[in-house]
Amino acid sequence: MDKELLIKECEKSAKEIRKDCIRMTYSMGNIGAHIGGSMSLAEIMAVLYKAFVRFDPADPEAESRDRVIMSKGHGAMAMYAGMKQAGIITDDELMTYKKEGTFLYAHPSMNKERGIEFSSGSLGQGLSLGVGVCLGLKRKENNESKVYVILGDGECDEGSVWESAQSAAHFGCSNLVAVVDANKLQYDGPTDDVMRIEPMEAKWNSFGWDAVTVDGHNCKELLDALSAEHDKPLAVIANTVKGKGVSYMEDNPLWHNHNITEQQYNQAMEELENA
Amino acid sequence: MNISKATTRLWSRLGSCGAYGQAMLEMPSIDESMVACTADLCFYSGLDRFSKQFPDRFYNVGIAEQDLVGIGAGLAKEGFNPFVSTYASFATTRALDQVRVSMGYMQLPIKLIGLTSGCSVGILGATHISIEDIAIMRAIPNITVISPADCTETVKAVLALANYDKPVYLRLSGPMNCDIVYPEDYEFEIGKAITVREGGDYAIVACGVMVATALKVADMLAENDGITCKVIDMHTIKPLDKGALDSLRGFKKIITMEEHSVIGGLGAAVAEYISCRDGFPMLKIIGIEDYFAHAAGFDELIDEYGLTAEKAYMRILDK
Repeated sequence: MDKELLIKECEKSAKEIRKDCIRMTYSMGNIGAHIGGSMSLAEIMAVLYKAFVRFDPADPEAESRDRVIMSKGHGAMAMYAGMKQAGIITDDELMTYKKEGTFLYAHPSMNKERGIEFSSGSLGQGLSLGVGVCLGLKRKENNESKVYVILGDGECDEGSVWESAQSAAHFGCSNLVAVVDANKLQYDGPTDDVMRIEPMEAKWNSFGWDAVTVDGHNCKELLDALSAEHDKPLAVIANTVKGKGVSYMEDNPLWHNHNITEQQYNQAMEELENA
Repeated sequence: MNISKATTRLWSRLGSCGAYGQAMLEMPSIDESMVACTADLCFYSGLDRFSKQFPDRFYNVGIAEQDLVGIGAGLAKEGFNPFVSTYASFATTRALDQVRVSMGYMQLPIKLIGLTSGCSVGILGATHISIEDIAIMRAIPNITVISPADCTETVKAVLALANYDKPVYLRLSGPMNCDIVYPEDYEFEIGKAITVREGGDYAIVACGVMVATALKVADMLAENDGITCKVIDMHTIKPLDKGALDSLRGFKKIITMEEHSVIGGLGAAVAEYISCRDGFPMLKIIGIEDYFAHAAGFDELIDEYGLTAEKAYMRILDK
């Protein structure tokens, strides 16, 4: 596909992902959902699922598939909405999110038939799973599959992230890509206040990765970063805004996990539609 | 794998880690999918020869137990059978969340090998003494928990884990030159307890090094008191062999013996089963009382904990 067209496709998907995240959250009534950190992921998931991840819903366990690991488990809604964009799940299935009998839980639950590679929810575990997968792929001489691990910047407080970052470089996991959704807000407030994680890019580089920082809401920048040739594991630090796309949510820690009223729903959908 | 009186004696001399390493040398020939992972404990895991003989099957992740379990989980997901070894205390506490999510929740078939559990490295102190691992691992759904009675059973258990597609915690314990319960080859099946001594008065259900101790206690009870004991090696603590327990209804007393805390271990597992069923006699749980020991050698700690044959005998008779 023509690159300009692909960028447009990704932008369109990102918009749909955001609207779907709002719909899923609204459908949960008073319970709400992890909306803020899903909205920040929209372009990341759109670009991954539209432009990179090779996954055939008809052959979900194909050896040649790419593996997506949502280490930042509370970003599940954005992943599910991204999977819808890739034709992996339907809209009807999407709207079963968090409801009785669903396979789309608040945090991803491993489902080999539906392309959910691992369960998550307890932060800081996905990257070492990714390293193990990479080692397994190497053992099978599978050089074509890529392993994408999506992390949060707050998640990078976890020491286990850095244990696995170190081992990824040590084991030469060149097919491993970590995308950090750096939305600068964690549960208790700004990452700079709660636990300063900067300088992020320098940290990943010093751990033996190729690291690059991009505007995580710019599909072209994400496409370029994820297309780059790399011999080392690749870390894409995507600067994002938590709650992106809805004025009352943006950069407001209140919206980490919250419900949406009818009025807020209408406003959010209108803002997203007109964006 | 050849198992004879000679290999049994050799493995006993090597201790459980050495026996594990010996068994691992056999594994690639019977399980193409197997790999070994450890956290800077290659030599300690008895994997020195394995790492040289099968370097492409060996992953050393450094001193990073959480990463160790995560990497094992990733390998397991890709169809491999990872044997993941580190100190029992670190495997079951430092990396517990990874163990819980990957082995319990996702049921990824990692074989988690808890090295030098119980008091076998007592001299290294309370950080390395592992008296809670059975309780911890037993409480997590979906994980099989195995505690071999001696080094031959360690080898048998490892061999039984070839091509085994469930998550397992294998608890290795005992000192070098540990007592031999099984002097030659025998039938070992995960989940199936073994009667190592027949008797009619008391039933002793033991695991790990306490199986050998239970046999000594049975000798003492027979000799001094005319009490005959059935001794059961309950090597698989989860799932418990309920059939073996059902057969104990007619006994005068059931005694459990373990080199583990009295909280949550084999005794607790047996109690959970028999206490809500009719017809069972009184249960006495012999294990390590609820405190951290000071650093001391294996024999000293076993004595301090009241787990020598002599002290266990007195405890059984309430003397």
